[in-house]
Amino acid sequence: MPEGFQALQNGVPISWYLILSAILFALGVAGFLFRRNIITVFMCIELMLNAVNLSFVAFANQHKLVSGQIFTFFVMVVAAAEAAVGLAIILTVFKNRDTLNIDEIDSLKN
Amino acid sequence: MQNLWIIPALPLIGFLINGIFGRKLPKSLINTVAVLSVVLSFAWVLKVYATAGDLGAMPVTEHYFTWIRSGEFHVGCDFTVDKLTMIMLMIVTGVGSLIHIYSIGYMAHEGGYYRFFAYMNLFMFFMLDLVLAANYLILFVGWEGVGLCSYLLVGFYFVKKSATNAGNKAFIVNRIGDFGFSLAIFLIVVNFGTLNFSQVFSAAPGKPTETLTAIALLLLVGACGKSAQIPLYIWLPDAMEGPTPVSALIHAATMVTAGVYMIARSAVIFTHAPAAMETVAVIGVATAFFAATIGMAQNDIKKVFAYSTISQLGYMFLGVGVGAFSAGIWHLMTHAFFKALLFLGAGSVIHACHGEQDMRHMGGLKKYAPWTCLTLACASLSISGFPFTAGYFSKDAILSSAYAYAPWMYWVGVITAGMTAFYVWRAFWMTFWGDYKGHGHPHESPPVILGPLFVLAILSLAGGFLFNVPHILDSMFPIAEGVENMSLTYISVALGLFGIAISYYLYVMNTALPGRIAGALGGVYTLVYNKYFVDEIYDAAVVNPVIEGSRSVLWHGVDQGLIDGTVNGVGTQSYGIGGILKLLQSGNIRSYATWVVIGSVALLLVMGVVEGVGR
Amino acid sequence: MDLFFFFLFALIAVIAAVNVVLQRQPIASALSLIGVMGSIAVLYLLLGAEFIAMAQIIVYAGAVMVLFVFVIMLLNASPEVRRGRSWTSQLLGVPALLALLGILCYFVQGQFANAGFVKFGNFTGGSAKSVGLALFTDYLLPFEVTSVLILIAIVGAIVLARKEMD
Repeated sequence: MPEGFQALQNGVPISWYLILSAILFALGVAGFLFRRNIITVFMCIELMLNAVNLSFVAFANQHKLVSGQIFTFFVMVVAAAEAAVGLAIILTVFKNRDTLNIDEIDSLKN
Repeated sequence: MQNLWIIPALPLIGFLINGIFGRKLPKSLINTVAVLSVVLSFAWVLKVYATAGDLGAMPVTEHYFTWIRSGEFHVGCDFTVDKLTMIMLMIVTGVGSLIHIYSIGYMAHEGGYYRFFAYMNLFMFFMLDLVLAANYLILFVGWEGVGLCSYLLVGFYFVKKSATNAGNKAFIVNRIGDFGFSLAIFLIVVNFGTLNFSQVFSAAPGKPTETLTAIALLLLVGACGKSAQIPLYIWLPDAMEGPTPVSALIHAATMVTAGVYMIARSAVIFTHAPAAMETVAVIGVATAFFAATIGMAQNDIKKVFAYSTISQLGYMFLGVGVGAFSAGIWHLMTHAFFKALLFLGAGSVIHACHGEQDMRHMGGLKKYAPWTCLTLACASLSISGFPFTAGYFSKDAILSSAYAYAPWMYWVGVITAGMTAFYVWRAFWMTFWGDYKGHGHPHESPPVILGPLFVLAILSLAGGFLFNVPHILDSMFPIAEGVENMSLTYISVALGLFGIAISYYLYVMNTALPGRIAGALGGVYTLVYNKYFVDEIYDAAVVNPVIEGSRSVLWHGVDQGLIDGTVNGVGTQSYGIGGILKLLQSGNIRSYATWVVIGSVALLLVMGVVEGVGR
Repeated sequence: MDLFFFFLFALIAVIAAVNVVLQRQPIASALSLIGVMGSIAVLYLLLGAEFIAMAQIIVYAGAVMVLFVFVIMLLNASPEVRRGRSWTSQLLGVPALLALLGILCYFVQGQFANAGFVKFGNFTGGSAKSVGLALFTDYLLPFEVTSVLILIAIVGAIVLARKEMD
């Protein structure tokens, strides 16, 4: 961290954005690991994607290029498509297994 | 270019024809092919002899192709003929032809006719290769080959367990000798860099005595195996299970003499290793004495002659051991004549008695088979050293050289000569004199059997005059001076006549006496009759431990326990590890995700530590 | 001022994210996620990415999250019940997670400590014009492929979710 309040007059250091992105990502992973409802898990995936998007935009700002934002754009598109298809799959799973608890969907066991 | 290769090639062609097509050919064609191949080979030998000039000064050598070329080490397929070779060639092909002709009559009623002649021709091929060889490796090829043929022919009646066992015994004991021979060849390669006779023998005088002694002793081991000397003689009496022509050809005239030939050929090495020569002589004289004692007590006519062969081979070893190489070779030649005749005659007797081999069931055959009786008498005279027979000259040459070397060897040899005369004439009287004690109708053998007997009888009587071997081989083995001592000759002749007289007394005049003597000698007689239990001793000391060791240690222990255990163990372990790894597949998404996180942490660590990210 | 806005919206984002993880009811998690996305959109604005910020609100918060809410309502997702076990995630999950976070922060500090500052107005390359320009020139191929991707997603969703016509 740059020393002194003086430096902060220039703005927010990029590394803070990146650390924020890391924290959000870690929270997403935590949700993925510890929640049992499929839909909640899926939402945590979306959280992770958002965190990554943030770091991309931060880098775009650092290098003063628009490419990072283009990347973010594509991530968003793919995330949207993935959300659509994923939720359709969840619907099917619910129809077949009648449960939203991922611990009970373990037919690949052993 | 004498085309020496024709000599062994002819029997080989005979083997191939009889071996491949023999099953479908008529008997007359089979024996024509077989006999003709050997006779033509003999004719070619004579042609080479006639046209080759002085073989002593300029031996004929022919090189056919290079077999091994490894750096500086070359071994070619080379044949050479010098005077020693020529003598051996004549013996092998000449006596071989006679025995092949004899076999036409003897094997006429046997099964496997074509197989017999095929194997006999194969044997001739290998024996001729052995004799013609110009280097140790080609000699060894023939050496091994004749061992193989001995196995095949001894086990000819393969439905009899005793015959197959005898074949195995012959081959295995021979193999032990071959092992010694192989070691000798390795030593020669290491020390001389070549196996060629001429090169080895010209370089030998310059090598240290220890090396030459080692080589010579190992060669002696090989010769003991092949020529049935102590301690590897045990196979030869059992080899009598084979047909009688086989006993005559292989175990009297040719194969067993290969050891003597090999020592004579390697004379240069042996003469420069006096300790080895002494060993050869001692083994020879000991074997001669030992075998003669056993031969005196045997009742099977072929066994008597088998032990006689071992004893006479001992004489040959004695001859070459004391430095009288030409005397040893001379005895080899005369022995080929009279021993082949003895065996062929015995075969004729067995044929006359319809397969009976025990002499106690023979007797009085003089009036049923007179010609056989006459020819066998000639052979017996020759082997006993009756004056002016062939055997007399050669045995005498050996004994006088032995006396010059070490008198005790002479005395043992002379006593053995007396025993030789005794047991041979014992066999003769038991077979031909007295009353017929058997159950069949003995008859004389056909001319095709008698013909070879006559030729061999003439050779046994006149061979000493016809072929004065020491003079022939004078250029190779110079005749030592001052060994002519007539009193020695008188003593040996006297002992021989004494042996004949005693045998006549015991087996013709007072036939009850032998039984009483045997009874009186009791334990000694049992010992000698059972061949001093040597086979039983070998069984207990060598054979059974090897079998037990193989069974319990190598089979159960190593093979089943170690090797199978390891291989199966690998499989079982893999299965076990798989069973453990299987537990990772829990089907639980959250645990999978946890592993992903752990993996990515590891990856990040690697990046940080190795690549230095974030420093 | 940048600092103040950054801290404000970063805090909102983190609290909302924590709420997503901790709430029992799925619908509450969904609404918290909308909050996260909103604050991230503001952070985009601070970083000079206006177009992306708008896209985030319209697409992400406006369409995807609404889809989530519909599905939650459709499935009548009830609060989570503690059933089933997964020892791996409970035992190893926390340390792994902490390790991940720690290492990431360490890397960031090492690499990007002096990477520059973000001041509102520093970067003007994020306007719709510049984004559109880049999309239709440098990144035209991915753009076209993405349209095919969306088509596939639509078809897939319809196929997966329709009723069985038996």
